[in-house]
Amino acid sequence: MRKCLLQNQNKLFDQISSFASLYIPVETTGGNASFKKYEQGMVMSDVLKTDRSPKDLFFPQTENLMEFKTSGKNIEVIDNRKESEDFVVFGVRGCDVKSFEVLDRVFLVEPVDTYYATRREHGIIVSMACGRPAETCFCQTFGIDASAPEGDIVCYKTEDALYLDAKTEKGKNLLSKLADVTEESDGKEALKQKEQIKTVLAKLPLANLKADSFGKDKTKEFFDAPEWQILSKSCLGCGTCTFVCPTCQCYDIKDFKTKDGVQRFRCWDSCMYSEFTKMSAGQPRLTQLERFRQRFMHKLVYYPTNNDGLFSCVGCGRCISKCPISMNIVKVMKALGGIDNE
Amino acid sequence: MQKINREVLINKANELLSNGTINRVFGWEKGDFSYDVTPTIYFTADQMNKKFIFDDFCGANFSKYLVAETKKDQNKVGVFLKPCDTYSFNQLLTEHRFDKEKVYAIGVPCDGMVDEKKIKAFFGEGISSITSEGDEIIVDTLYDGVKKVKKADVLQERCQNCKSKKHVYYDELIGEDGEVLDSNRFDEVEKLEKMTADERFAFWQNELSKCIRCNACRDVCPACTCEKCVFNNPNSGVENKSPANEFEEKMFHIIRAFHVAGRCTDCGECSRVCPQGIPLHLLNRKFIKDINSFYGNYQAGEQEGSRAPLTNYTKEDLEPSEAVNKGDN
Repeated sequence: MRKCLLQNQNKLFDQISSFASLYIPVETTGGNASFKKYEQGMVMSDVLKTDRSPKDLFFPQTENLMEFKTSGKNIEVIDNRKESEDFVVFGVRGCDVKSFEVLDRVFLVEPVDTYYATRREHGIIVSMACGRPAETCFCQTFGIDASAPEGDIVCYKTEDALYLDAKTEKGKNLLSKLADVTEESDGKEALKQKEQIKTVLAKLPLANLKADSFGKDKTKEFFDAPEWQILSKSCLGCGTCTFVCPTCQCYDIKDFKTKDGVQRFRCWDSCMYSEFTKMSAGQPRLTQLERFRQRFMHKLVYYPTNNDGLFSCVGCGRCISKCPISMNIVKVMKALGGIDNE
Repeated sequence: MQKINREVLINKANELLSNGTINRVFGWEKGDFSYDVTPTIYFTADQMNKKFIFDDFCGANFSKYLVAETKKDQNKVGVFLKPCDTYSFNQLLTEHRFDKEKVYAIGVPCDGMVDEKKIKAFFGEGISSITSEGDEIIVDTLYDGVKKVKKADVLQERCQNCKSKKHVYYDELIGEDGEVLDSNRFDEVEKLEKMTADERFAFWQNELSKCIRCNACRDVCPACTCEKCVFNNPNSGVENKSPANEFEEKMFHIIRAFHVAGRCTDCGECSRVCPQGIPLHLLNRKFIKDINSFYGNYQAGEQEGSRAPLTNYTKEDLEPSEAVNKGDN
């Protein structure tokens, strides 16, 4: 394990950014943060959760996939991808790291999404253990340990230092390039912090939330549940939950006519939207109840059915704090799982 | 004076449900934490006894829900309205968006709603409970024990600059009515006006670049009741699901501000729900301020059926060129 004194933190960041693009959480307004490309002097925020998850760095909200140029009867296909350099995302929380596994199972199976794949290949993730989990956190429900997140390198931040533990080849390789700004450590402090986090996790208000009643092949059990009616009643049909969610992965692709051809554009889409998956016959889910149900069934039943029981919620709690009407997956799980919401 | 608490409201709803005045009522539902209150519909007093809440986090404005809800059947719907909600209610009536005969409006008092984001900005994440005692808010935290903060410091922005404690519509009022207030709600707008055009551009560029186009501002807005928004309509030519560039980031919000100009009551729901913390209300307030200075003071929603200056021609109206020049100042 390597140690970097906090007073040298920016030296560490400068060092990384000398050979790779570095993204760190940066405070925007009081209590809010977002991942930004590091520039000298930027301060890493201690805010637990960035407003948007770091999924943007692998699956951006908008991207131009390709262009088609026409001249006469010829069509030229132009791949306008530029990413081929390594980049480092520093300070990713355990829940968000897990979300990459969820996304991988969608984008990296045949047919592979090469845009996502390229970024995953070049992205190095330095995760950050959660010193102070929030009341809205429930990663434990999905078997995630915020005291020992996954990632290429795991980082523990104590009062005076960062402790960095490489977990993968990519991580070891990165850490070896940071020898100047780090020193060897026995990692006792990190271990101490890990234990502290475990104690806190057990005390969180949602610590006992269980997902056991959901999962693989439970479609029939929940699809026609009367609770959907009540739960979706006041849903505004906005896309907040889907856009702040680290695992939501739906997108729309459209072709736009340009002066001499076509531009193929991709952007995030939301199953909460009335025009989601609109086809010639219209949108298959006509009411907000159906759209609302889709989102939660996808997280808790459909995705696990197709992915060996893995849930596509990581318990980050962003939907809890961001939903305009404060409806969220925890309330859905409690209502459908028969736990009275009191 | 009788203390207005949840029991009083439940009793009132129960009375109206039992005597057949209404068959359902919009009300707030408590959540897992102190602050995650959900707007819902109750059919029985029993349901209300279990889940109804009336406290510092009942910011949600039910007015817009009435547009869809009143079309469902012939029964009357009950609704609790705080003073600022009644302006939205009236404005929707003015725009003939629902039939008031199908609603029974119960005016409820409000001494300001608390913004949990402000509490978290003070004390960080890890809030076990939030309760209020007089003008103080008691916050129990996971990490730092019990903390206290003045309620006035953690009120939602719209409540810190409350424009009115007066209900402009109700069938029945619980408690005593308040007054229209002198608020400082245009102070922030004036600050923006004093900036140079470049500074102002940079301010909005920075704010609007945070937008993720979740459409929460539009979907919660009581003035946005188009059945199909142009931004959702593939046939409109301006449909977009995400802002593809800086122009589109601004377009959505500026078009929306123009669209609700003269109809926006300044209820502040847009800024309350924005997951990115963009002060969207400032765009609308600029329009309100301009309308006030160009045409005389006008408060949308204050009077049912009032004609907004922008849709009401009078000979004294400004020439467009004058408006442009005044806007420069």
